Amino acid sequence: MSSEKKRVKGETLLEIRGLKIEGNSDGVWHPIVKGVDVSLKRGEVLGLIGESGAGKSTIGLAAMGFARPGCRITDGTIMFDGIDLRKASEEERRELWGSRIAYVAQSAAAAFNPAHKLIEQTVETAVRHGIMDRAKAEADSVDLYRRLQLPNPEKIGNRFPHQVSGGQLQRAMTAMAMSCRPDLIIFDEPTTALDVTTQVEVLAAMRDIVEQFNTAAIYITHDLAVVAQMADRIMVLRRGLEVEQAPTREMLKEPKEDYTKTLWAVRKLAKQESISEDIALRIHGVDASYSGVVKVLDNVTVQLPRGRTVAVVGESGSGKSTLARAITGLLPPSKGEIYFNGKPLPKALKDRDKDTLRRIQMIYQSADTSLNPRQTIRDLIGRPIEFYYGVGSAERDRRVAELLDAIELNESYIDRLPGELSGGQKQRISIARALAAKPDIIICDEVTSALDQIVQEEILTLLMKLQKDTNVSYLFITHDIATVRAISDEIVVMHQGKVVQQGPKTQVLNPPHPAYTELLLSSVPEMDPDWLTNLLAKRSKAKA
Amino acid sequence: MTAQAPDIRSVRARRSFFENVKRTLATAPISAWFGMIVILVYVIAAVFAPLIAPYGEAEVVGKAYQPSGPAFWLGTDQIGRDLFSRLIYGARNTVGIAFMTTMLSFLIGGTLGVLTALKRGWLDQGISRIVDAFLAIPVLIFALMLLAVFGKSIWMLILILALLDSTRVFRLARATALNVVVMDYVEAAKLRGEGMGWIIFKEVLPNILPPMITEFGLRFCFVFLTISALSFLGVGIQPPTADWGSMVAESKTLITFPVRTFPYIPAPFYPAIAIALLTVAINFVVDWFLHKTSGLRDEL
Repeated sequence: MSSEKKRVKGETLLEIRGLKIEGNSDGVWHPIVKGVDVSLKRGEVLGLIGESGAGKSTIGLAAMGFARPGCRITDGTIMFDGIDLRKASEEERRELWGSRIAYVAQSAAAAFNPAHKLIEQTVETAVRHGIMDRAKAEADSVDLYRRLQLPNPEKIGNRFPHQVSGGQLQRAMTAMAMSCRPDLIIFDEPTTALDVTTQVEVLAAMRDIVEQFNTAAIYITHDLAVVAQMADRIMVLRRGLEVEQAPTREMLKEPKEDYTKTLWAVRKLAKQESISEDIALRIHGVDASYSGVVKVLDNVTVQLPRGRTVAVVGESGSGKSTLARAITGLLPPSKGEIYFNGKPLPKALKDRDKDTLRRIQMIYQSADTSLNPRQTIRDLIGRPIEFYYGVGSAERDRRVAELLDAIELNESYIDRLPGELSGGQKQRISIARALAAKPDIIICDEVTSALDQIVQEEILTLLMKLQKDTNVSYLFITHDIATVRAISDEIVVMHQGKVVQQGPKTQVLNPPHPAYTELLLSSVPEMDPDWLTNLLAKRSKAKA
Repeated sequence: MTAQAPDIRSVRARRSFFENVKRTLATAPISAWFGMIVILVYVIAAVFAPLIAPYGEAEVVGKAYQPSGPAFWLGTDQIGRDLFSRLIYGARNTVGIAFMTTMLSFLIGGTLGVLTALKRGWLDQGISRIVDAFLAIPVLIFALMLLAVFGKSIWMLILILALLDSTRVFRLARATALNVVVMDYVEAAKLRGEGMGWIIFKEVLPNILPPMITEFGLRFCFVFLTISALSFLGVGIQPPTADWGSMVAESKTLITFPVRTFPYIPAPFYPAIAIALLTVAINFVVDWFLHKTSGLRDEL
C-alpha cells in the first residue's frame, strides 16, 4: 500500500504512450489497438467508451501490464507510478496486481469462486500480499461492505456468492478490489449485467468509494449515460484508435467528431404511438409456475393489438420471459386463457396445429444461440418456408432472397454460416426467419440487448419498417427504457410476476405513475452528469 | 438490391469443401499422415482383396508350415493355406465386421443418447439406468456369455457387440447433446413444430459431430480388438473365414520356433502386427482430429 501522503490528487499515475496490441485468430496476428495514449492522474476517473471491438477492455487490461491469452502488446510504453510495466518481470507485476492495481470484471458471478465465502475472497489479496493480517483484513472488509451500503455488513461476508443478489455481488467485488486500497482500479462494464434499479445503487457505491480513497479509476462501458455519472474525463474509442477525449461536461455538451455525435444521437429514436382496438392476442388472468411451486406469473392480463407494438418492461425475475413461454406454449399456464384472433389458444405446444404455430413466431436475445451454427442462411431462413408452405427448393430460394432483401442484406449471404456474420447481421437473420413464416405476431425477447447502440438503432428501425409493410404485431420484451421509447405503442410494466400498469406509451411514461413504474423510470441513467447526484438527493429526501 | 447495411464487414469468400480439406491436410502432423496412409492401405486391401491376394481365402495351396519364400511370401499355415493371402482377406473380414459393428452401435447409441437428452424425464432415467447396469459388466465376458447363449454366427456377433458398445456411445452422445439441447435454436425448432427426427438429426447431431467422430475412431479400435480377442478364443469369426484373431490362435504354437528365413518373424506375429498397426494408426488420426476440434492450441 502506498503511503497516505502520496495519495495527492493531480499527480500523474499512469502514462500509456503509443500502445499497440495485436490479437491472434487462426494463427494470424491482426491489430486490436493501433496506437493509443492514455494518461491518468491520481484520483481521476477516466471513462473509456466505444462499441464492442473498439479495444476498450484490451486497453483496460494493458493498463495493468496484462494481455489476454492470444493477445500481445507489440509497441508502446506503460508507465505506472514510475514503473515500466512492459519491462517489469512477471514477479514484479504480480506484486502490483491486486495490491496497487485492481480489476473489477463485468460478471461478478463468474469472477467469484462459488465454493468460498465472500469474506474469504475479499481478504485474500490483502493477506496474500502481506499487507494486513487476517483479523485486521476482515474488520476492514466489514468496513468496506458498510461503505458500499451492503445490507447487514457484519454478516454478509459469511454468505456464499450464490446467496446474494447480482448487485450485491458486484459491490462485494468492488470491496475485494478496494481491500488493498489500490492506486488504480479498472472497472470493466461493472453494471452492464445489472437491472437499472440495482445499477443506481452500485454506481452510487462505486463512485462514493473511489472518491473517499482518492483512487484513480478507468471506467469501461458502452453506456454513455453511465459514464457521464462516473467519469471526470471521457475518451471515445473506435476500432482501436482514439476518436476524441475531453472532460465529461465538455464532451456531453459539444462532441467534436462526427462519430461521437452519432453515438449521442442514438437515444433520440422515437416512434409515434398509435392505438388500435383490433386485438390480435388477449392474455386473460394467466397464472404460470415452474414445477407448481413458485408463481412466476400472477393473474396477468395483457392485450396485443394487430399491427402494433406492446413493450413488456421489468427487471430480471419480473416474469417477462415467462410470459413469452406461456404464450408460445412451452410453459402451459395453470390458470387463465389466451385468446388468439378471438379464439382460445390451446395451452400446450403439442396441442397446437401447424397453422397456429406459424402465426406466432419468436426472436431471441442472442442470435448466437438461436441460430444453429451448422446451418447456412439458406437453411435457416428457408426451413420455415419449406415447413409451413411445402414449396420446392427453387421457390424457397427465391423467397429467401426476397427476405434477405427485406432485411437489407445482400443475396450473396445465402450460403454463409452464422459464424461468418456480425452480431447485427445475425439478429437480422433471426428476424428474417421469423418473418419467413408470415406470422401474425412476433415475440421479441430482448432482441437488441446484446447489440451495440448503433446496431440497436438499425435493428429497431428495421423492425418498425417491417411492421409497416406486413402489419405484424410485436410483443417486445425488454428491460431497456430507451428501446421502449423507440419502438412501442403500448407499454406493460411487470414486477414480480404481476402487471403493474398497461397503457399507451405516453400515458405510462408520463406522471402520475404507480410507485414501481416511478422507481423504474427514475433509475434509467440520463446524459446529465448531475443526474445520479440529483436522484440520490431526491430519494434520500423522500425517505426522510 | 437495396442499400447494404452499414454493419457489413468484409467476410472472406466461402471456401469449397475440397479447398477446406486441402488446407486442413496441409497442417496435419507427421503422425497423422502416417495414420492416414496406414488406414488407406488397409482399406484398399479390404476392398480389393480378391484382386491383390495371390491365392484364395481358404484355398490349400501348399504343404503345411512352409517357410516364407518366393511362392508364399509369408509362408503357409497348418494346413497349407497362403498366410499372405489370408492376411489380406483378414483385413476385409475383421475390419469390415468391426466397421459394421461400430456403425450399428453409433446408430443405436447416438440416436438414443440425443433422444434422451431432448426428452429427459422417465425415458432418460429408464434408459440411463439400464445402460449403467450394462456398463458394470466387462464387455468381453458379457459377449462370451451372450455368444454362448445365442450361437456363433457373424450376424449375432455384430449385433451383440454393437449393443454392448452402444452403451458407451450412448453416454457420450447424451452428455454432449445435453449442452446443445438447451440452445435457443432447438427451442425454436420445437416452436416451429418440427418432429423429433428433424431435431435429432438436423439440429442437434451436427453440433455434437466432432466428439462423436473422435469417439468413433476409438470405439472402432476397441470393437476391432474385442472381435480379434473373441476370434482368438474361438467364439468370434469362424473358420475357414480368414480373420486375424483366429490366425494368431491357429499358429500360436509356432511362436517358440526360431525362423531361419527372411524376415525371421514367427507366423503368429503377422496378424498380431496387422492388428496393432491399425490400432496405432487410428489413434494417431483421432488424436490429431481431437486436437483440431477441441480448440486446444499450443502455447503461443
